[in-house]
Order: sequence, then C-alpha cells, then structure tokens
Amino acid sequence: MHVATSPAFKENAHKALADAGLQKALARSGPSFIARRASAVAGLPEFEELRNIARDIKNHAIENLDFYLEEYEAKVIAAGGQVHWCPDADAARAAVLAICQRVGARTVTKGKSMIGEEIAINAHLERHGIVPIETDLGEYIIQLRDELPSHIIAPAFHLNMEDWEEAFRKHHTDLPADRSLAERRDILIEARTRLRSKFLAADVGITGANFLIAETGSSVIVTNEGNGDLTQTLPRVHIVLASIEKCVPTIEDTTSLLRLLARSATGQDFSVYTTFSTGVRRPGDLDGPDEYHVVLIDNGRSAMIGTEFQEMLRCIRCAACMNHCPVYGAVGGHAYGWVYPGPMGSVLTPGLLGVDKAGHLPNASTFCGKCESVCPVKIPLPKLMRHWREREFERHLSPTAYRTNLGLWAFFARRPSLYRLATRIGAKALALLGRKRGRLASLPFAAGWTEGRDLPTPEGDTFFARYARAQRDGTH
Amino acid sequence: MSKDILLNAVRRGLKRGPLPEDRKAMLRGRLALHPRHTIPARSRLPHAGQVDLFVRNVEKEFGSVVRVADWNAVPDAIADYLSAQNLPSRFAMAPHPELQAIPWSNRPMLEIRVGRAEATDAVAVTQAFAAIAETGTLMLPSAPERPTTLNLLADTAIVVLRASNLVGAYEEAWDKLRAELGGMPRNVMLVTGPSRSADIEQTLELGAHGPRNLHVILVEDAG
Repeated sequence: MHVATSPAFKENAHKALADAGLQKALARSGPSFIARRASAVAGLPEFEELRNIARDIKNHAIENLDFYLEEYEAKVIAAGGQVHWCPDADAARAAVLAICQRVGARTVTKGKSMIGEEIAINAHLERHGIVPIETDLGEYIIQLRDELPSHIIAPAFHLNMEDWEEAFRKHHTDLPADRSLAERRDILIEARTRLRSKFLAADVGITGANFLIAETGSSVIVTNEGNGDLTQTLPRVHIVLASIEKCVPTIEDTTSLLRLLARSATGQDFSVYTTFSTGVRRPGDLDGPDEYHVVLIDNGRSAMIGTEFQEMLRCIRCAACMNHCPVYGAVGGHAYGWVYPGPMGSVLTPGLLGVDKAGHLPNASTFCGKCESVCPVKIPLPKLMRHWREREFERHLSPTAYRTNLGLWAFFARRPSLYRLATRIGAKALALLGRKRGRLASLPFAAGWTEGRDLPTPEGDTFFARYARAQRDGTH
Repeated sequence: MSKDILLNAVRRGLKRGPLPEDRKAMLRGRLALHPRHTIPARSRLPHAGQVDLFVRNVEKEFGSVVRVADWNAVPDAIADYLSAQNLPSRFAMAPHPELQAIPWSNRPMLEIRVGRAEATDAVAVTQAFAAIAETGTLMLPSAPERPTTLNLLADTAIVVLRASNLVGAYEEAWDKLRAELGGMPRNVMLVTGPSRSADIEQTLELGAHGPRNLHVILVEDAG
C-alpha cells in the first residue's frame, strides 16, 4: 500500500528535477505523445465538433446519473451479472475480496485499472493471501518495483531500458542469468511468456472499465496489448471495477467518445482492442466467464456533483492533459504523490484526498491553458485548479507569507493612487539595483523565485505612467 | 442499503429526488432510439471505396489483407500465407457454418481442429461478423460458432471477412449487430491491427499478449 505523498509535492518535485533517469525518460517520451496526438487530430476534421458532442453526452449522463445507473444495473442482471454498489473504497475492497474468497481464488489476473490503484485493491488481496498479478506490461513492472504508476495510460513512463532489465533479472531468477535483455523485444517476449501461464491459471480476472453502457449493461475496456481481454475471458470469474461517472447512455454515445479517446491518448485512430463485455457465458459458448460482477464505486464522486468540480466527472482518462503539461513534463507523475498526476490529478486528487492533503497540486500549474485546449471533453482544468486555490485560501491552508503578501497586494489594489505610487517607487528602485546587468539574480522575499531564474529589471516607468502619457500624446 | 446510499448521494448533488416518470419515459425513449451523433465524412463512400479504405487502414495498423474472389480460394490463401510466414499448416478454427462450408479438401495438407483456441495453438482462424472501414476495425462478437479465445491466444490470427459484411462507420456495424443478433452477445471485440505495447520507453513493439500477426482474408462476394 502506498501512502499518498501529495502533501510533499514541493520536495517530490525537487527530487524529480535532480533525478537523471527520470529526466531522460521525460525528455524522450514527452514530445512523441504530443506529435502523435496532433497527427491523429489533423486526420479527423470532425474532431472539434466531436469534442462538443462528447462534452454534452457526459454532461447529460451526469445530470441523469441516478437514472442511468439503475437502468444499467437492470441490464447487467438481465445478462446474468451482478452490480455491487460501493459508496467508498472500503466497501469496494470488501466486495472484491468476498467474491474472491467465495470462489476460493488463489491467483487473480488484473487488467490496468486506475480505480484499482485508487482503492489499493492489490494490497488488500495480498493481505488476505490472494496473489494479484498485473498483466499490462507497464503495470507489471510497476508491481515488480512496488511503485505507483507515474502516468494514467503509460504506467512505466518514468522508466528506461536499464530499469526494465534490472527488474526482470531481479525477479525472474529461474531464468538463465546470462540471457540477453538488451532489446525491447527480449523484455516483451519474457513478459509475454511469463504472464501467459498466469492468465491460464488465474481463478478470477479483474479489469477496469472505460465506459459502462446503460442501454445494454456492457462494460467497455480499451487496450493495445490484449491483456485485458485475456484477463476477462480465461478465468471463471470476471470482476469489473468502475467508478460511477463511467456510465453513459447508449452504444452510439460510447462510439462518439471512443473516436476521441485513442486519438487524445496515444494518437491512434482506434485502440487495438476495444471490447464490450455483457454478462456471463451464454448457452453453447465455448469460452468466457461463468460469473460477471461489476463493483460500482462512488468514493468521492457524488460529492463533486452540484459543485464547481462537477465538470471533472466528464474526464475519460485519456491523459492528453498531462502529456501536454509543462509541469508534468518537468517533474513526471510520481511528484504528484498519488494515483492521478498532471492537470486532471491536480483537480481530482484534492477532491478525493482533501484539499488539506493535496493543496499543492492545483498550485503546480503555469496556467498556460494547454490542458484545457486538448481535453477531449473540454474540462476547464485551469479554472478548476483556481477554484481549489480559492478554497485553500478560504480555509486558511495556504502558507502565511503567501497570505500576508496577497493581503498586502489587495490593500494596495483597492487604493489606486497608493498602488501607482508604490509601483513607481518599486520600479525605480529595481531599475537602480540592476542598472548594470539589466537583470537581478536575487531579490529579497523572493529567493525561491530567483533561485532558478533572473528578474529582468524594469526599464523606466510603470505601465500606468506610460499609458497615461500615450493617451495624452495620442500615440499608442 | 448501499445502493440507496449511493443513489441518494448522487441525487443530493443534483439537488433533486428520483426523476419524475415523464422525465424517465423521455430518457427511456432516448435509450430505445439510441440516436447517432456526427459520423466522420471519411467513410461516407461507395462500397468499393469503403473496402479500399478498410484495407489501407488495416495495413496502416500493421495488419495484412489478401483479397480473394470467392470461398473456394480461401484454403489456398491460408495455406500460402502460412507457408510464406514459415508457420505450421495446423490451426484452430471457429465452428462457424461459413467456415465449415469452405472446400478445405482442396488443400489436404491443412490440419484443422474445430473449436475454441487452446494455449498451444500457433494459428487461429475465425469469421468476422462485420468490419468497419473508418479505422480498419474487425467486429468479432462472441457466439458458440465464434469463440473469443480464437481472437486472442494464438500468435497468428487469421480472420475471414465477407466484403458484403463491411460497412463504413461503427454505427452501421452496431445496427447490423442489433438487427441480426437481437441484442448484445457476451463479448464484442473491435480489433484494429495486431497486439502491441509501447510500455517500454514509449516505443512500439508488436505482439504483446495477443496475436503478433493479424491477417484478413477478404472474400469479394457480391456485396
């Protein structure tokens, strides 16, 4: 079980900036995500129109969520499945464990599931003697290294070849020590071979869900490896972990969202495997599970409905926001300290863990607006981060110096003539201080800011003074 | 009950009780009608153009396609593909009537086991219910005659597709599924190219947990 280190974001970020391996991984992989998405979007002229449609579909689904969840459950039951309603993580963990224990499960294979990370299901199963095995390649190495994923669709984003080789040699000790693991292909084949026997032996398969469809009672997963499909096809029992906001009305609604998901995420037109699962093995079927369970989890989502954070529930977890975020690109995912990094994590994590624990995250933003501009469901992420900052301020959680300075600024801002006087003096003083170099390497009260950059010295007048002069002279 | 706790929490957020009946009826109407949204123009083509678009997209996604004139040509096409790839001429095949009606005796060297896939199968042959030109996607719904494991376990997946089952957009494939199968089968896989992973250094490698090769035999029937 990983304790959230979100309260220590600043320390985490400092460490991340000094981590050579991480910086190598970020420099290599960051730009490729951006280029691939751009090319996929350019190939679909309807992309912008579909973003509006997707926003409206998800808004409609949330506005009527109670209705659609009940319709969804009725369809799951009609297909021979069962829905377990779980208000919180404890209830969800208990529901999964009860199913596993009832069927005498020893090993459980798992497809990648962020809600599974959120409720820390692996640690819970292990505590009760059940072995969970991650089967997504990225999740597999994360499990070997006992880490959290550093990215919501590329869990091992922070790792380099040498890390893969080291982990495989350390954990696959039954294989010849002199085998070659120099190529990516070697790593992939070793993982494939190793996991194949686990797929076949597992008693239960646990997957997440990208969507739940009220019309049909289906859960939808999207993968490129096929691990999610093996996880949900081979064992006798399939358990789906899904949070409530995954529910959408129809197959057509899902289809429109799917047109955006892969393009926004990996820059593919469509993922390799997009699979709709509906209930249990039918009469005459030669494969498929005998039991189908959906563990439906709230865990803080309903509390966001009716607040300014309701829009966050549209998120389809594509990761475009973090792929385009300069802060994520500089410090990686682990600095955010919990399951969801990047801009979407900066909005979601304070909602799920509390702003007292994750208040640094919405502050870790340059407000460049890139995240909002690439979000397939048009979540105004910068605005939502600002809402958290306001809440943090209102609850007196922000640091004293920050509050004092903001109070000081507010005092002057409400008194225009004083403000102009103060800025005029300030600008002159700074200009005097840095006259020779044209920049200041350090400033009193702002050492943190000038530690990594210089402040160019103001030249001449304040903006107000210049503006007034231009008005007077009729120049612009 | 947890269900009520959860639903009431949602309704508290929405600042209302359960929806009134007339509103529910309206939403049930939307579910029954499942209206389509915008369909990208790229697949709005005559059928021959859709077939070409499908082939281009499969190849773009690292799959392969061979076009054959009729069912009688399928055994040759499969045997030739397997030998070109240095694969054994032995495979597991879906118990689908269309596949079973193929004159396999034309190529007596092919060794066919009919049924679901097992872990030891190197090659699997199955039938596509539909295909979607928009992204080069195969629609493979589970059924007694189309076991899901055939899509997954073998290193090489061969899919036989009738050109008349090929449509432009996903929505058309879903309507075909609703019309012909009457409801959702247990599992519907939409497959676009062979299995892959980019988890190692964000660099693409083919053949993760599913098939490394995806080969489509496109039977150009009258469609």
